Amino acid sequence: MSLIVEVRNLHYTYEDGTKALKGIDFDLEDGARVALLGANGSGKTTFVHQLNGILRGSGTVIIGGLPVTEENLREIRKRVGLVFQDSDNQLFMPSVLEDVAFGPLASGMSAEEASDRARAALDRVGLLSKADKAPWHLSAGEKKRAAIAGILATDAKLLVLDEPTTFLDPPGQRALVELLAGLPQSCILVTHDVKFAGRLTDEAAFFDDGRIAARGPIAEIARQFEW
Amino acid sequence: MRHARVERWSRGNSAIHRRHAAAKILATLALLISIASLRADAVAACGLYLILLFMVAAKARLPLGPVFRSAAAVVPFALCFAVLTALAGDPARAVRLTVRAYLSSLAALLLIATTPMPDLIAGLECLRAPRFLLQIMQFLYRYLVVLMEEASAMRQAGAARAGSVARLRFRQAAAAVGVLFARSYARAEAIHRAMLARGFEGRIPVFARRSFRLSDAAFVAVAAVLVIGVRAV
Amino acid sequence: MHIPDGFLSVPVWGTMDAIAIPSVALIAKRAQREFDHHRIPLMGVMGAFIFAAQMINFPVGNGTSGHLLGGALLSFTLGPAAASIVMTAILATQALVFQDGGLLALGANVFNMAIAGVLAGYLPYVLLRGKKAGIFLGGVSSVLVSALLALAELFRSGVRMPSAALAVSIGLFVISAVVEGAITLAVMQALERRKPGLVPRPRATGALAAASLALVGAGVFLASQLPDGIQKLALQTGIAARAQAILRSPLAGYKLQILASPVPARLLAGIIGLFVVYILCLGISRILTLSREGA
Repeated sequence: MSLIVEVRNLHYTYEDGTKALKGIDFDLEDGARVALLGANGSGKTTFVHQLNGILRGSGTVIIGGLPVTEENLREIRKRVGLVFQDSDNQLFMPSVLEDVAFGPLASGMSAEEASDRARAALDRVGLLSKADKAPWHLSAGEKKRAAIAGILATDAKLLVLDEPTTFLDPPGQRALVELLAGLPQSCILVTHDVKFAGRLTDEAAFFDDGRIAARGPIAEIARQFEW
Repeated sequence: MRHARVERWSRGNSAIHRRHAAAKILATLALLISIASLRADAVAACGLYLILLFMVAAKARLPLGPVFRSAAAVVPFALCFAVLTALAGDPARAVRLTVRAYLSSLAALLLIATTPMPDLIAGLECLRAPRFLLQIMQFLYRYLVVLMEEASAMRQAGAARAGSVARLRFRQAAAAVGVLFARSYARAEAIHRAMLARGFEGRIPVFARRSFRLSDAAFVAVAAVLVIGVRAV
Repeated sequence: MHIPDGFLSVPVWGTMDAIAIPSVALIAKRAQREFDHHRIPLMGVMGAFIFAAQMINFPVGNGTSGHLLGGALLSFTLGPAAASIVMTAILATQALVFQDGGLLALGANVFNMAIAGVLAGYLPYVLLRGKKAGIFLGGVSSVLVSALLALAELFRSGVRMPSAALAVSIGLFVISAVVEGAITLAVMQALERRKPGLVPRPRATGALAAASLALVGAGVFLASQLPDGIQKLALQTGIAARAQAILRSPLAGYKLQILASPVPARLLAGIIGLFVVYILCLGISRILTLSREGA
């Protein structure tokens, strides 16, 4: 079984001196899903931003066999699809279609190819009818799905979702679970919502003060750390 | 918000809506230039332009009453200056000012009401406006609603605590603007990170642009003829 | 202050468009050098921020309230070139989305607010090295300069007003300029409290000085339309007679008696006036810093 993510001894300190990551070792098998639990400020978001090189600490981060270095960034960012907490920050183009096509266009595809890819991805998440709408005409749930479509259009191998259920009402959450459950890609879910995570995966890692305190079945982790 | 109505109008579908934005911009500019140089005695020309704009609005299937009323928003402001100019001894200019202001406002409104903003920006790019500026406008427009909604929420929260001393409220308002600023700055950083995550390397990719067709060129030609023709009458 | 279409005469809006278009292109190039494409989202979002910030009401007594206009604040937080471009984007959006300001008149509005207003706001800030007085004066002067230029353009286009109305207008401009100064200062202080060091220290550059000279040149040229109204006002209030008696300086009436032709004389007088102001400000700031060290 190949590993989609291999992290060894990852340290990261912010500019103001805060030590956010204090030696993280982490593996994820290709096709697997894992939830990252932990308090605010425990390093979960800092960690996932290391996976596509937005932040670069010391240690090794290898995505699908490719180390995260300056030269590899372009390829790494095609493989890792990061879905941000606030979908408004992610859907930054004037229309949904243009936004979903951004990734393919940025990687050098022609406008036609990118458009086809974008439409296919929007269809996959059930938003083809909203392709020409401006992002502020979409509901929170639709925006989240559009953001995911943007990732699917780039053929990412690894989906990383940062607090995806913020802003979502229960029907929106259910729709999201359905969508994610049907996707074959490997998936990392940063979340506070244990129930939501439990519907998608059995495995969790618990972040505590910049370290992974434990990794194992969700139910056990939740019990151990009273989450 | 008032602009929500005009935005809805701009998403309609008519022969006018379907013309290339650059063509519509050129036609509007030609008309505006002509209106700006109308003399005081050109009553017939003003009347003809009004009829022309009426026909354009009808062809664009826009709601006529609301459109003509909306363009009148400039009239109170114009009347102030008109009254002052008349009082200072130039009533003819006062009338001319008001008429020109209304006609210009109507012409510009028809452009906006038949062309969604992203298309307007694309049209300006065709007409060689600096791309750097246009891309900034694109992001500005994208986040206008989002940030205004944040400010609106703050305003309502502040109103709930109304009744405090004016000086305190001044400082509170400044703090609110400070918070908005910090949030906007942080949001801009998050947007940039999202762009990087999807492969942004400094060039914002340009999506498929509508090409300038023969029908668009014909539109500009017809518009120019009509605009100049009215003056020749 | 946003001049709609139909108010300005063809020569005036034509000239302003002719000035504004290449100026914006030049400033855009400069802003691109300082703020590359990676900062486009920041500049766009800051533009949207100004719209949002204008929704917050600042009580200014008697039940009335004002709001931030923002040219000065942008120039302090983004630097003048970027601020100019963001203001241009704001003005274009206001014209194209909210019908606030005309399309042909966009050149004039951009010159008044995005170029002259931003520069006029930045100069005191830079000359007084970012101190509170510099922030306040920056806010005041950005609004005052924009408003006076707009008035001058309207006058040049043939709009007339009785002197009483002119006095009231200028009075209103001064009030709104002072309000802007107060609001800008309050917001900068709020920002400094939130995150000290968020706003970078100002830097004076050669290009800034050159641009200021151009600004004064154009401003004086346009403002030459204003003295007609101001002179009438002065005559009516009797100031003129007293002024003539007191000021027998070479700069009286903005005409250096040495030179015969009026326009270059006014320009030269304006430029000399700017140098005097600059040296005065430098002198004041030196004295202020010296007294602080001495204390």
